[in-house]
Amino acid sequence: MNPLRLRLREWPPHRIDMGGLLRCGAEGIDAAEIARRPLWLGNRQIPAGELFEIRAGDPGRVVIANACDRLDRIGAGMASGEILVEGDCGAYLGEGMTGGRIRVSGDVDAYAGTGMAGGDIQVCGHAGDFAGGAIPGERRGMRGGTLLIGGDCGDRAGDRMHRGLLLVSGRAGAYCGSRMLAGTLACLGATGPGTGHGMRRGTVLLHHEPQGLPPTFNDSGTLSLGFLVLLLRELVALDPAFGALEPARRPVHRYVGDLACQGLGEILVM
Amino acid sequence: MPEMTLNGVAVEDSFAEAFGMSATRVVITALNGTWARHAAETMTGFATSVIGCGVEAGIEAELPAEQTPDGRPGLAVLLFAMSGADLAKHLERRVGQCVLTCPTTAVFSGLDGEKRIPLGKNLRYFGDGFQISKLIGGRRYWRVPVMDGEFLCEESTAHTAAVGGGNFLVLARSLEAALSACEDAVEAMRALDGVILPFPGGVVRSGSKVGSRYPKLPASTNDVYCPTLRGLTHSRLGPEVGAVLEIVVDGLTEDAVHRAMRAGIQAVCAHGEAAGILRISAGNYGGKLGQFHFRLREVMA
Repeated sequence: MNPLRLRLREWPPHRIDMGGLLRCGAEGIDAAEIARRPLWLGNRQIPAGELFEIRAGDPGRVVIANACDRLDRIGAGMASGEILVEGDCGAYLGEGMTGGRIRVSGDVDAYAGTGMAGGDIQVCGHAGDFAGGAIPGERRGMRGGTLLIGGDCGDRAGDRMHRGLLLVSGRAGAYCGSRMLAGTLACLGATGPGTGHGMRRGTVLLHHEPQGLPPTFNDSGTLSLGFLVLLLRELVALDPAFGALEPARRPVHRYVGDLACQGLGEILVM
Repeated sequence: MPEMTLNGVAVEDSFAEAFGMSATRVVITALNGTWARHAAETMTGFATSVIGCGVEAGIEAELPAEQTPDGRPGLAVLLFAMSGADLAKHLERRVGQCVLTCPTTAVFSGLDGEKRIPLGKNLRYFGDGFQISKLIGGRRYWRVPVMDGEFLCEESTAHTAAVGGGNFLVLARSLEAALSACEDAVEAMRALDGVILPFPGGVVRSGSKVGSRYPKLPASTNDVYCPTLRGLTHSRLGPEVGAVLEIVVDGLTEDAVHRAMRAGIQAVCAHGEAAGILRISAGNYGGKLGQFHFRLREVMA
């Protein structure tokens, strides 16, 4: 069965909240029902069918074609199924998702994967600020699942991340891993200043020596850590680019911190 | 029923009576095979019988580096206890005292399943708050800081219903003949997966019966198979028998015990009557205590 297909007719004049559009109960959902669902466009509501050409198909697999960065909250709260986005996405991609899979061929805006507790998000392009981070007022960012960013990400990636795996194949901006509570953040490219600022626990794994590390991080020396073998095997399975960190069983440089906040977090450079 | 002889060795029409047990497998890895073995041998020491040790344990197999979770040489260890709760208690003690303490080791679950028992779940507190949890590929691991770096252990392992106490008796003209045949049997049986031979060198000389003339003892020597008691009790030994040895096998499944008994008896019978092996028998309690019966002649059929 072909996937259910939504094609954005034209660049919308306002941001669009896609959060509830694809939500369906146990009985499933059909194309006509989606077309009737109202979407806010500025201060008025219009049926989704006016914004998207909708072609019926398997609701467990949705393709959003011709997508642009004004489509916010795609896949928010999803628990299963698959969404393929051809193009860019707006903010809050996969917000609070608990399962399923989202793949974006282009870039995403801020707060991708915020509050997600399960499932996989793969972004082939770049991500905005606060990827996997907490939205203001929330106590936690990612709570589980996997967020894979093929390109670079903005500032504050993994902010208040609590669990899960955040992989950045490119570079990360300032304050990457800020206020992390736990979980694992791995970045292959360079990172901006303030990496790990305010982190309580968790692991930030880097390929490049971090610049401008907060003064509340201490050097813990060069150590060989057995768990990296298991971790790296998983990272490489998710994105072969992380093979650049091989071999896993060798001494790596470890910093501990942030000592202003318990200091049980670690930054590993390998 | 017609007589059954293998290479001149009579196989009695008897059965081994085995019990339902709870078992688990853990994988111990280390910097090299030597240190993995130090940990595994210590962990499976004093684990011959549940009666006195609480748990029966042994090394199941040696694992090459490419077959272990962390790519280092390792050993698979099986532990058997009378209940899941018993197993959990003894597993934790033994891992805590024998693996956590052993340089370079790491320990992983070797069994998948729904019924979980703690492996590193409580041992992590040895880290005094500095322990670190990592969820990798859906499994939780603990990194406990120790003086050689980190002790890595998986949070839990699974336990499964298993079979303990499969056995057979080797009746021979002399002790030397019995021991030599048993040594070969142990080698053949230890090559198989899913089983351990918990006794020293895999062989038992103190086969037991249920009960004793001393009210406090639940078990005592199996007098009918003791050569020095011939003429004193209803001995099962003819005048030609010089010694009897027993091999006890615990397995993850009924089939594993079955295959191990078959391999062991075959190896013993390969010695044959010419080498002084006279008869194969088995230990049972009349069939009322254990839920598994391994009839020797069916095992060898």
